[in-house]
Amino acid sequence: MTTTPTPGQSVAGTAVDDDARGAPRKLSRLEKRAIATKGRLSSPWASGVAIVIALLWTIPSIGLFVTSFRPESDIRRSGWWTVFTGNAEFTMDNYNEALYGNSNDLSTFFVNSFVITIPGVLIPITLALLAAYAFAWIKFPGRNFLFVAVFSLQVVPLQVALVPLLSDYVDAGVNGTFWTVWLSHSIFALPLAIFLLHNFMKDIPPSLVEAARVDGAGHVKIFFRVLFPLLVPAIASFGIFQFLWVWNDLLVGLTFTDTPYRPLTVAVAEMAGSRGGDWHILTAGAFISMIVPLIVFIALQRYFVRGMLAGAVKG
Amino acid sequence: MTWLLEPGSAVEKFAVMLVAVAVFVVVMGVILFAVDRPKRVPAWVVALGFVGVPLAFLAYGLVRPGLITLWQSFFDRTGSEFIGFDNYLRAFTEGQFQKVLLVTAAWVILAPLLSTIIGLAYAVLVDRTRFEKLAKALVFVPMAISMVGASIIWKFVYEFRPDQPGVNQIGLLNQLLVWLGIPPQQFLIGQPWNSGFLIVVMIWIQTGFAMTVLSAAIKAIPDDITEAARLDGLHGFGMFRYITVPSIRPALVVVLTTIAMGTLKAFDIVRTMTGGQFGTQVVANEFYTQAFRQGNQGLAAALAVVLFVLVIPIIAYNVRQMRKSEEIR
Repeated sequence: MTTTPTPGQSVAGTAVDDDARGAPRKLSRLEKRAIATKGRLSSPWASGVAIVIALLWTIPSIGLFVTSFRPESDIRRSGWWTVFTGNAEFTMDNYNEALYGNSNDLSTFFVNSFVITIPGVLIPITLALLAAYAFAWIKFPGRNFLFVAVFSLQVVPLQVALVPLLSDYVDAGVNGTFWTVWLSHSIFALPLAIFLLHNFMKDIPPSLVEAARVDGAGHVKIFFRVLFPLLVPAIASFGIFQFLWVWNDLLVGLTFTDTPYRPLTVAVAEMAGSRGGDWHILTAGAFISMIVPLIVFIALQRYFVRGMLAGAVKG
Repeated sequence: MTWLLEPGSAVEKFAVMLVAVAVFVVVMGVILFAVDRPKRVPAWVVALGFVGVPLAFLAYGLVRPGLITLWQSFFDRTGSEFIGFDNYLRAFTEGQFQKVLLVTAAWVILAPLLSTIIGLAYAVLVDRTRFEKLAKALVFVPMAISMVGASIIWKFVYEFRPDQPGVNQIGLLNQLLVWLGIPPQQFLIGQPWNSGFLIVVMIWIQTGFAMTVLSAAIKAIPDDITEAARLDGLHGFGMFRYITVPSIRPALVVVLTTIAMGTLKAFDIVRTMTGGQFGTQVVANEFYTQAFRQGNQGLAAALAVVLFVLVIPIIAYNVRQMRKSEEIR
């Protein structure tokens, strides 16, 4: 009885409700589907528009993908769509050159991206979890004021913080290293992370926390034993969001890292500037920078979408 | 110990990473262990153990630099002489910067509006069809990749080859023009349309977000409402106009304002595709140019503050709409 969750107003809940309800619900869904197929959706205009949008959103990426496997001379001579009309040749040379070539060497930057991203996700999430717990379940003076302050920091554009932080890093002699990027990413992620995880924490029934406290558990124990296991889906959602944010970031990497420690995005952006016409390298390089986010997205799509919805609808 | 600051090989880099994570875990572990004495530790000490480090991070890395930037925006390019509002005056009156503001305005208006319209249309069109899941995933994928990657994808679509015999277009868009009998265009150079072609990339990225949020909102509309409307004879567009759109109004506002704020701060697309040349410069990229290329500290600080100030009306609109929709409920 005490463990009945309060009916959440979260968006993720609606999908669950759909499946959880009984037989009459299913019938009405079937009916709806029947009405839908009979009604507007079968109109050729509607399907036509949907198909055009779907094509516009996929063909550009397909073009890049196909091109990255074509020999350099072919790329210069003809469009990628000609591979569908016969005698097409494919090669891995572009990837070899982009990853290990003398002037590109994206493999190094690939490593850098991982080295930057992993602490860039772990550290802010841990910090945000602790802060969110305190804001949700520990009573202390100034709590509401501080929470509103953290919440409103979300609107501050990173740009206002870059120059002063950079000059600090230079003064400390750590400028350009991984340490500054980790610190910066951790700081910049906190306002949104604390806010989101706080929302998830508030959805946990207070009776659970009360019960643990009556049993004599301290806050640290409650946090790790009671709340943490319940928060795993929320952490996964925000973790993926933050992973993609850091991996795809250009501004922070560009501002704070020296050349040997640059992430992929900065290296690829640089390539686009200096070797703008070398499409064989650029297409392969762009795809290398996208492969990890694509795998994460496809493998963990549910968590990703849920995290994003929670952030948007509640923010 | 130099390898901690300057790791050479991949192994050293991962080792430094592990050291960083280990240091973090140990520090946080000690703090938490210290406050977890059940023997009458005052609540505020426990709270400090939980929020101390995060708040210190925010104070050091966001609040303090923000104030410094605000202060610096009243100084000249080297930060030595106080010049009052001159930087702001320059940013708003000089022709070059007025144009940047104008282009930025076009971004902030067009990108959210069009992403939302397309996302909404698509969400409604594929709702409850057989291919809904796949159709949504297709439009959503651009959300997962970096703006740099998206820029390269589209730069390739816009690629231009001189219109000569024996020269084939390799960019899809120009090839389409050629097939239609129109001469190929330099999409990224011709003003003012080039900015429009850059905005397309932002729309391409953000539509997936709009679609996902709006689709969830549409599915949350209670069945009895749509049922009642249907009995009253509403169908197709009427249903969309009088039932769907009013029901998802709060979600629409959130989507519009979220994308507007994201657009305002994004500089990746402009930087990757044109570098801000050919009249495509926006405030976020001009900030970067002034701060790290031109070395004009004061002006860069002023532009960063302008970015911040421009966010405020968007937030205010968001909050006001939220209040309104809560009153209705």
